Amino acid sequence: MDMIKQRAAISGIGQSEVGRRLGKSGLALTIDAVMDALADAGLEPKDIDGISTWPGLNTDIPGFSPVGAPELKDALQLNLNWYSGSSEAPGQLGAVVNACMAVASGMVKHVICFRTINETTALSQLKGKVASTVGGGQQVDGWAKYMVPFDAFSASNWVALYAQKHFHEYGTTREQLGQIAVNARRNAGLNPKAIYRDPITLDDYLNSRMISSPLCLYDCDVPVDASTVIIISRLEEARELNKTPIRFESIGCAHNSRYSWDQFDDLSTQALRDASAALWKNTDLKPADVDVAELYDGFSFICLDWLEQLGFCGKGEGGAFIEGGSRIALDGEIPLNTHGGQLSAGRTHGFGFMHEACTQLWGEGGERQVANKPQVAIASAGGGTLAASFLLTRD
Amino acid sequence: MIANRTMPVVDPSEAHFWCGGKEGRLLISRCQSCSEYIHPTGPICPACLSREIKPEAVSGKAVISTFTINYQAWFPDLEVPYVVAIVELEEQPSVRLMTNIVGCDLESVHIGMKVRVIFKQVDEIFLPLFEPEVTA
Repeated sequence: MDMIKQRAAISGIGQSEVGRRLGKSGLALTIDAVMDALADAGLEPKDIDGISTWPGLNTDIPGFSPVGAPELKDALQLNLNWYSGSSEAPGQLGAVVNACMAVASGMVKHVICFRTINETTALSQLKGKVASTVGGGQQVDGWAKYMVPFDAFSASNWVALYAQKHFHEYGTTREQLGQIAVNARRNAGLNPKAIYRDPITLDDYLNSRMISSPLCLYDCDVPVDASTVIIISRLEEARELNKTPIRFESIGCAHNSRYSWDQFDDLSTQALRDASAALWKNTDLKPADVDVAELYDGFSFICLDWLEQLGFCGKGEGGAFIEGGSRIALDGEIPLNTHGGQLSAGRTHGFGFMHEACTQLWGEGGERQVANKPQVAIASAGGGTLAASFLLTRD
Repeated sequence: MIANRTMPVVDPSEAHFWCGGKEGRLLISRCQSCSEYIHPTGPICPACLSREIKPEAVSGKAVISTFTINYQAWFPDLEVPYVVAIVELEEQPSVRLMTNIVGCDLESVHIGMKVRVIFKQVDEIFLPLFEPEVTA
């Protein structure tokens, strides 16, 4: 980790338009995000010598990952010293971990890390074909085969099982969990790129329809089309570019239990437990030093679990910690998901949290900017078996 | 639930689990050296590294570790609501199965509820589902 801390940094970020059914190809979105990030950093395509992406090209699920490293390389005819794209990584931001290691090793200078998704356009273009790989009457293999045959089709079912366990073990309530959604929507109102910007109340949350108990509609994120880019550069190179480099004080991506939704040793938490513990092993900083937290909320419960396991409160205390919502508000003790999270800003799938953490550290949050010039941020991505967390600081 | 379930691709190494219900038995792989149950099955015991792994019948008794009631109709022909649960086997609670709880009111399902296996046949496969151990 010391090598990454001393040698790698974020030099720029970029993002395409974020929206529902934009009708753009995945590659067009990706190029929009890449050009945005290059301009942000002050780099040109010829400077880029690495690509890292998650999960790589995936044509099994429409729009889930329409672009891999080869497609981006070819579109810009980049000369690369290294590239990687794989779903077998500690969560979506595992692609950033790989890039950091590649830069710290000296193999590359500037790596484009990206996540592109255009599910809403792809699904709208299917025209009556089966819109999922796990519909009735089909076959399923791999890790999902122990879940899907029991009509546990959706990640909302899988996360709901964990949420229910947490509710049972610790007395967590829907009134408490709802603050994750209400807070995200409040912040999204200040983010011009967010999908849902009209405020919701706790009553709106409690009255929304149940999806998979105890999770209701507002506990689930919103699919979008988007591409998000993080550029990882050698620290000394980044210092010569446009932005103050953002450094990796620590990264946590440990995984110490069964790699399984059903066999994991503690069903009231997730693999993020290990990724969170590992984060604090490599640093002298403490949770109290963190100025802003951008924590994965593909489902609200995942975000609550991150808050607990990262140490912002004790295990099982998350419900009481977020009750009322003031602690996690923009002006609270730990501003949470300042862009609106995936719940309200859209499922940029992990990368959006790092993008927002950088935005806040650079003071570019506009109306949603956290006050007093935040110096330390956490970004995290992943739920269930997937998890990586990052402690980011200004150089 | 859906009449036309999505079914697992069954590798020969795990056929005992998916097809044991034909004889009314829930078969779980077990290390013949250290007696650890191993699920899903594998070629080696992760506890003692023995290669002697064989399917053994368990009682089929289990306890609900957690559950959810699915209300969302993910497909047009999916009948909702229904219960998805994770149950812990009586013989070794660390062995858990995701399953459906059937044969009871949704409202009666709770964490800690004692259940027992029943099998739902779909062609060659017998899905292990669970119902309350004591029916009212």
